[in-house]
Order: sequence, then C-alpha cells, then structure tokens
Amino acid sequence: MKSKAHLVVGGVFGLAVYLFSSCGENAGTPAPVNTTETTVSGETPTNTDPMSNKGIGPVKTVSLGDISTEMSEKGKALYENKCTACHKWDAKHVGPPLQGVTKRRTPEWVMNMILNPVEMTEKDPVAKELLAQYMAPMANQSLTEEEARNILEYFRSLDK
Amino acid sequence: MRSTGKIALIFAFASVLIGACGEKETNLAAGAGNAADAVYVAPGKYDDFYMFASGGFSGQVSVYGLPSGRLFRVIPVFSQDAEKGYGYSEETKPMLMTSHGFVPWGDAHHPVLSKTGGNADGRWLFINENNTPRIARIDLKTFKTAEIIEIPNSGGNHPSPYCTENTEYLVAGGRFSVPVPDNRDVPISTYKENFNGLISLIKVDDKTGNMSLAVQILAPPFDYDKNRAGKGVSKDWTFFTCYNSEQANTMLEANASQNDKDFILAVNWKKAIEYLEAGKVKDMNTPYCHNVLQEDKHLVVSELLKNQKLLDPKECPGVVYFMPCPKSPHGVDVSPTGEFICAGGKLAAMIPVYSFEKMIKAIDSKAFDGEVNGIPVLKYDAVIAGEVQKPGLGPLHTEFDDQGYGYTSMFLSSEIVKWKLGTWEVVDRIPTYYSIGHLCIPEGDSKNPKGKYVIALNKITKDRYLPTGPELTQSAQLIDISGEKMKLLLDFPTVGEPHYAQACAADLIMKNSTKIYKLEENHHEYVTKTEKESKVVRKGNEVHIYMTCIRSHFSPDNIEGIKVGDVVYWHITNLEQDWDIPHGFAVKGAGNSELLIMPGETSTLRWEPKTPGVYPFYCTDFCSALHQEMQGYIRVSDQSANTPLKWSLNEGQ
Repeated sequence: MKSKAHLVVGGVFGLAVYLFSSCGENAGTPAPVNTTETTVSGETPTNTDPMSNKGIGPVKTVSLGDISTEMSEKGKALYENKCTACHKWDAKHVGPPLQGVTKRRTPEWVMNMILNPVEMTEKDPVAKELLAQYMAPMANQSLTEEEARNILEYFRSLDK
Repeated sequence: MRSTGKIALIFAFASVLIGACGEKETNLAAGAGNAADAVYVAPGKYDDFYMFASGGFSGQVSVYGLPSGRLFRVIPVFSQDAEKGYGYSEETKPMLMTSHGFVPWGDAHHPVLSKTGGNADGRWLFINENNTPRIARIDLKTFKTAEIIEIPNSGGNHPSPYCTENTEYLVAGGRFSVPVPDNRDVPISTYKENFNGLISLIKVDDKTGNMSLAVQILAPPFDYDKNRAGKGVSKDWTFFTCYNSEQANTMLEANASQNDKDFILAVNWKKAIEYLEAGKVKDMNTPYCHNVLQEDKHLVVSELLKNQKLLDPKECPGVVYFMPCPKSPHGVDVSPTGEFICAGGKLAAMIPVYSFEKMIKAIDSKAFDGEVNGIPVLKYDAVIAGEVQKPGLGPLHTEFDDQGYGYTSMFLSSEIVKWKLGTWEVVDRIPTYYSIGHLCIPEGDSKNPKGKYVIALNKITKDRYLPTGPELTQSAQLIDISGEKMKLLLDFPTVGEPHYAQACAADLIMKNSTKIYKLEENHHEYVTKTEKESKVVRKGNEVHIYMTCIRSHFSPDNIEGIKVGDVVYWHITNLEQDWDIPHGFAVKGAGNSELLIMPGETSTLRWEPKTPGVYPFYCTDFCSALHQEMQGYIRVSDQSANTPLKWSLNEGQ
C-alpha cells in the first residue's frame, strides 16, 4: 500500500508545516520542507522559505491594501464553484486545508499556484513538497489573473 | 543535423565493406540510413504535417504525423467507438441516425480538407460514407465529428465529398444508380427506365460549416465513381468519372466493360445554383436525416427532413456535359491551376488529360458527338490536351506537386508514376507494396501543393510485416519527391483501409486546437457545474444522476434507492479545466460502453440494472496518482423494496 504510507507521512508532515506556519514567525531560517531528497540545480528555484518564495508563474508582485469586500465576494463565489471539490477551509480534503494560507504563503505564491499549478508542482520546492504529501495534483481551473486575485482577497478576508 | 558526422563516416565505411560482398546490400544499407534520418522526429518534437486517412470499412478517420508516420488519434465518424463512448452516449447516438434508423457502421472513403481560395484552411475535414449515403464534417478545432447529413435518393455515395474552391459546396454522387425518387418498389429489370444517377450539391455555411442539401441533378443510370472540383480557371465546375455506360444491372464485372469509352461528367455547379434560385426545379419528398452537434449543449440533435429540389438537365441546358473517357475510368483529378483534368483510365493503357480551356471552346462551338439522355457529349479530340502513354497498369488517381508534375497510382502494376504536365512524358516510377489505391501529396489537391512527399495508400501488404493471421494490416508508404528520383523512406501500418488521405501543414491546425470546454459555456440540459449541485432525481422509473468528477473522485460516490426496472441516466460533468485531463466512467454490467468525458464536458450513459445488488463504478481513464481511488457504489434494490433515494460524498467517514 504505497499510497497509504505516503499519506501517513504526508499527514504528519502537513501537521508540522501547519504548526510551524501558524506561529507566523520564521526567523530567517528556511523551513526544512524537504523530507525527501530533492536535487536543486540550474534554474530550479531554490527558495524554500514559504514567506518569501513567490512561486513560478505570471504573478510577480501583488500589492495588498485594505481588504475589498467587492473583490472578496467575487472570490467567494469562485472559490465555491472552482475549489471546493478538493479544498476545505479548515480540514484536509483532497488538497490541504486553506485556513491561514495567507499567513503562511506570499500572495504571489498563492496566485501562481492557482494559475500555474503544473509548473509549480514540477519546479517550486514548496509546491513539489505539497504534491509529494497529497499525491493529488492541484487542478488547473483556467482562471484569469483577476479571478485568482479575487480568490486571494477572499482568503485574506477569512484569515483576517 | 539529425545524425552526427561520425556515425555517417562509420556507416559509409561499413557500406564500402559490405559493398565488396554485394552491390544490392550496399544500396539498401545506405538507403536505410538516410531514410531513417529523413523520417526521424526526435522525442518531444512535432511532425511537419498532419495526415488524415480514412479508415475505409472501419468507418473512422485516423490522424498521423508526417514524416514520422506516428498515429495520434482515431476520430470516430460513421462507426460506434466504445473507447470514446461515441455512438453509445446519449449525446452522440443521434449522430448515427438515418432515415433507416440508427446505423452504427459506415464505409468512409474520402477525407477532404476545407479550402479557402483553393488552399487548405485547416477548418474542417469532410468525409463521405458509401453504404448509407452520408457526408460528415469533422471540426479540426476539436477533432470531433460535428455534423452528418444523409444524402437521399442515392446509392453508393462514392464520388464525394470533394469541395469547391472556397468550400461553397460539397458534392455527392451515386456509384449505384437507383430509382429516383428513392424508396420505390420497381423490377430490377427496369433499370434503364426507372433508375438514375444523381449528383447532389451540398451547401456549406462559411461561418459555421453547417451543411444543407441544395439541389440534386438527374443523370443517366451509369455508375458515378470519383469526383474533383475545379479551381482557378475551372472553379465553377466539378468533374465526375463514370463507368457502366452500358447500363448493366447484373454481372457488372463483365457487362460494364463492353464499351471502349465511358465518360467524365462535367458539372457547372454555379449554373445549377442559378437554375435552383430561378426555381427551375421539381420537389421530391424523400426523408433524410441531418444531425448536428450543438457544442454549447454537448448534444447532437437529429432532424428528419423531407424536401429536395431536383434539377433535370434536359430542362436546364448548360449545366452538364459528357467528355468521352477510355474504358471504365476511376479517378479524376484537377491540376493546381485548374486547367488540366486528368482521369484514371483504370482498364486503359494510358492516362487521358483534358484541357479546361478546350472544353469551354468545345461547348461554345458545339463540338458535340451526339448526346446521352439529353446531355451533350463533347468530341474527345476537341477536349483532350494530351495522353500519358504506357504509364503502367491500372492508373487510378493523380496528385500534383508544385513543380509541374503529376503522380499517378497504378493499382495493377503496384507503382507510382511521375509524369510532366504539358509534355505528358513519364519521368520516374517507383514500386509500392502492394496494390496502391489512392495517393496523397500534402495539400496536393490545392493550388499550392507542398510537394515534399507522396504517400502511397496500399491495400495489400503480404510479406511486408509480421504476419497476424489471415488478415494483415493495410499500410501507407512515405516517399520523398523533393529530388529528381522518388525515394521510399518509410512504411507504416494504418487503422482500417487507408482508402484516401489528405495532409496539410501542421501550423494550419495546431494553433487552433481546443484545449478545454469552458464550464461557463456548458449549457447541457443536465450539466452539474459544482459538487454541491450534484444530486439524484427520480421521475417515475427514470432516474437522473447529476454527477461531477474532478481528480480524483465522483460526486456523489454513494447512491442508494435505485430499483430493478429503473432506467438510470448518468449525466457526468468533468469539472476539470485543464488540457488533456479527461475522466472516464464505467459501471458494472452496463450494456453499452464507457464514457470518456473531456474537461468541461457533460456526457450521459444510460444504464438499466437487471438484478438487485451493489454495483461499483469507477474512472476508466488514468487521471492522477489517486486514479485507482476514483470509484463509488450504487445500490440497486428489488422493485418492491422501500429503499429511500439518497446520495452522498464523504459522509460518515
């Protein structure tokens, strides 16, 4: 039962990340995200610090202001239609629980994971590790950047 | 550079050594090395051309890359395909409806790429069905059969569906003359009185590609065999070969080969449309089906239509003419400029080539040699441009390159013969293995052929491949025509009989390829766009399951309350919005096929459980590492049971 074994390891590790992240403080030391061996070379991104890693994809910088209710409402509708088949807010489902995601990831990383999941899970060290834990690949739902931004806003409103 | 110099050097050296032992081996070895380089497409690289080959009696179209000969896809058209659920799902069954009811098989012969300005435009592929006369349109964005129209009053839709220069019209014709109008009970012995050939013009909507039957033209009771539309100077015309001018209705093998000459039928389609618009036609009322995929509803709608317009050439002069053609011609092909019309004099020892300019002059000067059923016969000498003498045995079909050469397939002598337009001299020949029918040059029927290769489409392959019992594969052979001498590069097996194929530059098609169906644009009556909307609804003994799937689960995945005697419809929507992530669906005991559901698509499987029990269902298309976990159960109770209808996902865990 290889998948079960992975899931157990994944579950424990997921909890570790969750606890670590929920402290909110990462004192400059990259988190030990690699439980399995990962070769880092060439152009492969090496940033394993979830609070500074912006991920790989179209989103380079996001400037955050006060939470926009309008955007967050649009984001909520999108989240319910496009994300809830695999994600729950406060519990592990097919994918990881999303509660606290804006506290443990950069906004750019969140949007790139939504918009560019295939490349992210191939190259980004944090996303690769999540795939190794959960086994189910993050689905590309063909959202626009604006839609991903609205979903991010919704997450911010819940995490506030 | 596909090979390194070092390898070439070693190879050359080896060849010299072998050559000392025998000349033949040297040539073969050197040839194989160069040929392998010429067709090698490195892993991860794309081919230069798409080739669409009919599957003949498989009723399908298969898609290959050139020069590699790699098979990419089989597109189901006229035959059910359990692999894709085509003709089994509730949405696609109507595509195979005809006036004879549901017909699950067809005989597909001639794939024809749509054209703009006489050049391939990569929008649609049309293909004829011989047996129950039909024409299909395949959308080259999705590689799906988008439409099928039945051709009434017709038998053996073989000279079909070659399109005009801008795809204004397709044609259909009858290899078998039949009583017209159709469905009349007459003695077969009254063939000459009661039977007719019929040429149909099918209009194609420039925007949507939708086909409609415009007009049917009455023709003498011959066998109409092949067709090509004109282009350039001859763009208003379309040309048919016909045999059986003897009008035999039995033992045609002997009785249809009596006359020294049969005919090419030249049809001025533009004039026929003018007569149609002027109302010089009669009504016929034979039922026929028209089936169209409504892409936003993911559903094929079949309509039974009844009205046709019949044009009688006796009352509409100037529409059709006969040109005499040696003995039972088969192929008819038009040169890139549209000036030369070249026939395959199947049982003749030469290839006759007609001049369009001379044909128009002969019509204007009434250079007639009598008439058949009121249709003028033009004098052979007045229309012939030249004859390619002694090309080989059994000339069938010709395609053209961009250097002024024609390439004609020879069925009996199994070869391709290259000859020069204008001088009509044979300049090269190459054997094929064996019994070549059609041949294909990429865009070789357009104004601008891509004359790099010719592909031989062979009927017989005995001794060419590992044996597979009594039936062997058919094959295609890729031949380099870029140099002075034709050179065989590659043999590759095909799906079904590669009756005819057309090929075009890859970039015409690949840039427009559909990746997903957008969920927002899915207007299927039974779509389920989110998991929370998934449900099960009973209407009497009909049960509709509104189900979703996404990597890697179905929603719902536990269902109870179904009863023996129920008709269950599984309406499954694939919520994925990513390229190349279909999900499959199968349920134990289903009497039809699996479903294969594209991202954003909804498909429906009808299921009638016969006995009580718990039936597993699962995803059949490997979708993720947790594909094996993509499964569920449906409970079927006895008719008298009171099991409540319920459905769930992730309940009680």
